[in-house]
Amino acid sequence: MTKHKMVVVGAGPAGLAAALEASKNGIDDIIILERDKYLGGILPQCIHNGFGLEYFGEELTGPEYADRFMRDIDQAGIEVLTETMVLNINQDKLITALNKTKGVLKIKAETIILAMGCRERTRENIQIPGDRPAGILSAGTAQRYTNIEGFIPGKEVMILGSGDIGLIMARRMKLEGADVKAVLEIMPFSSGLVRNKVQCLDDFDIPLKLQHTITRIEGKKRLKRVEISKVDKDFNPIKGTQKWINCDTLLLSVGLIPENELSKAMNLKLHPATGGVYVNENRETELKGVYACGNVLHVHDLVDWVSEEAEIAGRSAAEYLNKNQEKRDLPIKITPNKNLTYTVPQKIEYKFKDKKFIKIYLRVEKPMENVKIVFSHNEKSMLSYDKKIVMPGEMVTVNLPVALIKKNMEEIKLSIVEKVGEKNGRT
Amino acid sequence: MEEHDIICTGCPKGCQVTIKTEGDKITDIYGYECPTGKEYAINEFKNPTRILPTTVKVEDGEFPLVPVKTAAPIPKSDLIKAMNFIAEKTVKAPIEIGDILIENILNTGVDVVATRNIKKESEV
Repeated sequence: MTKHKMVVVGAGPAGLAAALEASKNGIDDIIILERDKYLGGILPQCIHNGFGLEYFGEELTGPEYADRFMRDIDQAGIEVLTETMVLNINQDKLITALNKTKGVLKIKAETIILAMGCRERTRENIQIPGDRPAGILSAGTAQRYTNIEGFIPGKEVMILGSGDIGLIMARRMKLEGADVKAVLEIMPFSSGLVRNKVQCLDDFDIPLKLQHTITRIEGKKRLKRVEISKVDKDFNPIKGTQKWINCDTLLLSVGLIPENELSKAMNLKLHPATGGVYVNENRETELKGVYACGNVLHVHDLVDWVSEEAEIAGRSAAEYLNKNQEKRDLPIKITPNKNLTYTVPQKIEYKFKDKKFIKIYLRVEKPMENVKIVFSHNEKSMLSYDKKIVMPGEMVTVNLPVALIKKNMEEIKLSIVEKVGEKNGRT
Repeated sequence: MEEHDIICTGCPKGCQVTIKTEGDKITDIYGYECPTGKEYAINEFKNPTRILPTTVKVEDGEFPLVPVKTAAPIPKSDLIKAMNFIAEKTVKAPIEIGDILIENILNTGVDVVATRNIKKESEV
């Protein structure tokens, strides 16, 4: 068995940023465990631009964004073990991992950063009936084949789901010469960024069919055609609207699931809306000294926010190791109220020291225009921010100034409300 | 007189901006809700450009492809032509981020540069 002050599980953007920040805060005994051959997680296969505008103030591609962190990790001398799969973590922070050459490893950690990321939902998750031929892939798998391994997965492509990965892959397949027939979206609005809808679909005249889904798959060995249907407001297919479309490839971009098997092994409870564990403002889980950040905690739409969140976790873990933390007398619950699906963190547990703000990440239920984001305590508003537009596909971040937080507060609620007397989105 | 609808990508709202033209002259522009929308729509009408990210084949590399991008935006109408040109190209590992792999693609004045380090296969 070996011992380390900090073990980081996953070398994606979250793991790299957390390790780096801990190192900057004086922690010198860090090891990162990564199951893939290379660092950067999903970023190396995201060859498109659009990363880093928030974090670096310049537009980078995925591999470039990852490289900045990889270089710093290298320079900081942080130890990295690739091709190492963590199999289990127990509540005493004992990690069991499997490495290709070293065999089974037992590592005792003083702090752990959970940065395992997320995985894509599959055909089985959404239960599309029909045959089970080749040619049905998650959009991310197709992205890896196309951008890293050097295979084009097919020639006539249908895409289900208008999340960003679906939109990006529509353009990518088109640029590589495929006939991309349509992108289907079950919701009445695209769940991807506006920029991606314009630059990935409109630029190439790829149709986006809202309120449509796939109701049947046909093909013996290889996919031959799919049946699409319009859906009603409850997402049920409408009889009589079916249409067959010939294609040899179906890409699914139907949501991401935080990969929390290890969290569950530690008996950490999962939040029904985020799919991640519960955390306080330090991104610390219910197990003291264990932190979670990035897509394993809640699925982010921008990697920039992942890096920022991971830094909170890394910095807090360093404070924990340096014994530089003091709990509040009362923890404060942060509760999503009207029109919100979740907030991260779910509570505030420590004294603020030199912090001026607590950054709250939140996601809205539906698209709304001309709204106020309201913090309230005992039904009284503490603070509000105006927002012109909010969308479920774009995470919102707001600062809660610590000066407004009083000693006796037990719960702060967050709501999104439409501004009265002004034009609104009628949604 | 012609009408062009342009969706602004400046923010999640995605305003639909309409530009009315006579010949090359813009006679009317409306539908934007902030200055970004107006500026975006005019640029997008006059000279729509895009950064093109794609891949180039690699010989002797740890991976068979190197991701690349145009170092600056190129005309939108050149994207497919540029893809066809890039498809013919093979480069040799090792490659470093920022290496110019194709100079002045399609005489746009823009280079195609590597966006990932690729080691030689024998050195991995």
